[in-house]
Amino acid sequence: MSRATSSPARLIGAHAVLIAYTVIALFPVLLIVMNSFKARNAIFRSPLTPPTPETFDPVGYTTVMAQGDFLLYFQNSLVVTVGSLFFVILFGAMAAFALSEYRFRGNTLTGLYLALGIMIPIRLGTVAILQLMVASGLVNTLTALILVYTAQGLPLCIFILSEFMKTVSDDLKNAGRIDGLSEYRIFFRLVLPLVRPAIATVAVFTMIPIWNDLWFPLILAPSEGTKTVTLGAQIFIGQFVTNWNAVLAALSLAILPVLVLYLIFSRQLIRGITSGAVK
Amino acid sequence: MSLDDQPIKRPFRWHIVVFLAPAFFVYTAFMIVPLFGTLQLSLFRRVDQQSVYVGLDNFRMLFGDPRWSVNFWNALWNNVWFFIIHMLVQNPIGVLLAALLSSPKLRFRAFYRTAIFIPTILSFVIVGFVWKLILSPLWGVAPNLLDLVGLKSLFTPWLGKEEYALTTLSLISVWQFVGIPMMLIYAALLSIPDEVIEAAECDGITGLSQFWKIKLPLILPSIGIISILTFVGNFNAFDLIYTAQGALAGPNFSTDILGTFLYRAFFGFQLQLGDPNMGAAIATMMFFIILAGVCVYLFTIQTRLRRYQF
Repeated sequence: MSRATSSPARLIGAHAVLIAYTVIALFPVLLIVMNSFKARNAIFRSPLTPPTPETFDPVGYTTVMAQGDFLLYFQNSLVVTVGSLFFVILFGAMAAFALSEYRFRGNTLTGLYLALGIMIPIRLGTVAILQLMVASGLVNTLTALILVYTAQGLPLCIFILSEFMKTVSDDLKNAGRIDGLSEYRIFFRLVLPLVRPAIATVAVFTMIPIWNDLWFPLILAPSEGTKTVTLGAQIFIGQFVTNWNAVLAALSLAILPVLVLYLIFSRQLIRGITSGAVK
Repeated sequence: MSLDDQPIKRPFRWHIVVFLAPAFFVYTAFMIVPLFGTLQLSLFRRVDQQSVYVGLDNFRMLFGDPRWSVNFWNALWNNVWFFIIHMLVQNPIGVLLAALLSSPKLRFRAFYRTAIFIPTILSFVIVGFVWKLILSPLWGVAPNLLDLVGLKSLFTPWLGKEEYALTTLSLISVWQFVGIPMMLIYAALLSIPDEVIEAAECDGITGLSQFWKIKLPLILPSIGIISILTFVGNFNAFDLIYTAQGALAGPNFSTDILGTFLYRAFFGFQLQLGDPNMGAAIATMMFFIILAGVCVYLFTIQTRLRRYQF
């Protein structure tokens, strides 16, 4: 709370609350990562101490590497996430451009139709999606996941990007038209580079739920060759539930990639939220 | 879909079709059509390998047959409780953290923001298992921590007790998602112009009363949006319960919510066979519940919240 006279006492109070909550937010994550490097005895005897040279033991990680095909799961997750992201951004930006740039009959209606998916979760259509995938032979393929996630990500992407594209100056686009650029070139060469910050924000928002999703991998692609990291970790932990080293190591391995991505993009994400991209 | 309104004056603008078609096609084929396909499936039943139209029979069974209706009302009530906890705990904490974050001259602001948002980016699988381990009486982290503050007697295996399990899981979900209200409220607080705050200060309104009288009314629209996002997210939740308690949503269905109920009806569990048509009927009910919530928000709450333009 901003005050004209923000006394040091109040600032200290604010810091105290924020530090307390930061500890609550980070403690579980730290605990898991810390203990994943310890020997089994040490995990149980003193869960709250960081690994020391005596208690250090990477046995959990070796078990995970030997038992689960995590490299393959990781690759699957990467293919699905990057693939969906590419199509969401490309198709979404194209549609957003059409909706914000041209006036045509049905413009508002099309916009509303495409925005419907922001409020109604795609999960409710699962029964019919599975039937559709069975009918088209796409069950247990990564393509099925990419298609569903593309549909899932499009509404928000179109909504946010069309707001941003409205702010691109008309003079610039008209200058391009006078110079004989086609509408496609105006979109790809002029508009797309100008909305790059907005695209980065959309990318982060689209990426996290796709990477973390358990529902659709579980239903559409549960086979060994198409498991994503999230599903792979879920099943692995279910099987190794008594092997604490392996469970903790698998959890740490699942945390790490998202954490790294988040730390790289966190500025972008926070700037995107605070600049009103989702308001 | 007719895209062109001036067919005589100009040639048909094909580029609009080209720009819109991919998104329109993918979205329609994999979101809208399945959604209505599911609504339609709920009116059919499989009899001898044949799909037969049965009208509202599936819904009659869902509400009339105690084998289904008991579970349905249990899941719905649990889901409502799940939502109430989020509204009472997650959103006030989010507002508090955002208000503190926006205090002037606060240092390490970016660090706090980044750190508090970290749980939100983790997958449900991680969150579910991490908390399961921490609360496990086997490992003893939770009792040890309670011992440090002398409250060890309070410890029970929360996730294993019928009366506590759902509340515990709701609080875990709150822990995970508190970053979202925090960020959105923080953004709303930042967008309040300095002149408004200065005017309030000239009138001698500072400190807490400034927050209650000036800032809170200005961020009410954001709180409205957060409430409806929470509603949609909660009534669509599945992953956390599934990873922490399994598809049976134990102990004794005390943590069963609509998402896990749908999963069991659709895929079956243990002795019960999966039934896509009953699954579709449950999904249809979820659709109407979410639709009703969104309509209440759009037509009553949002129109009454005054938006201030600066």
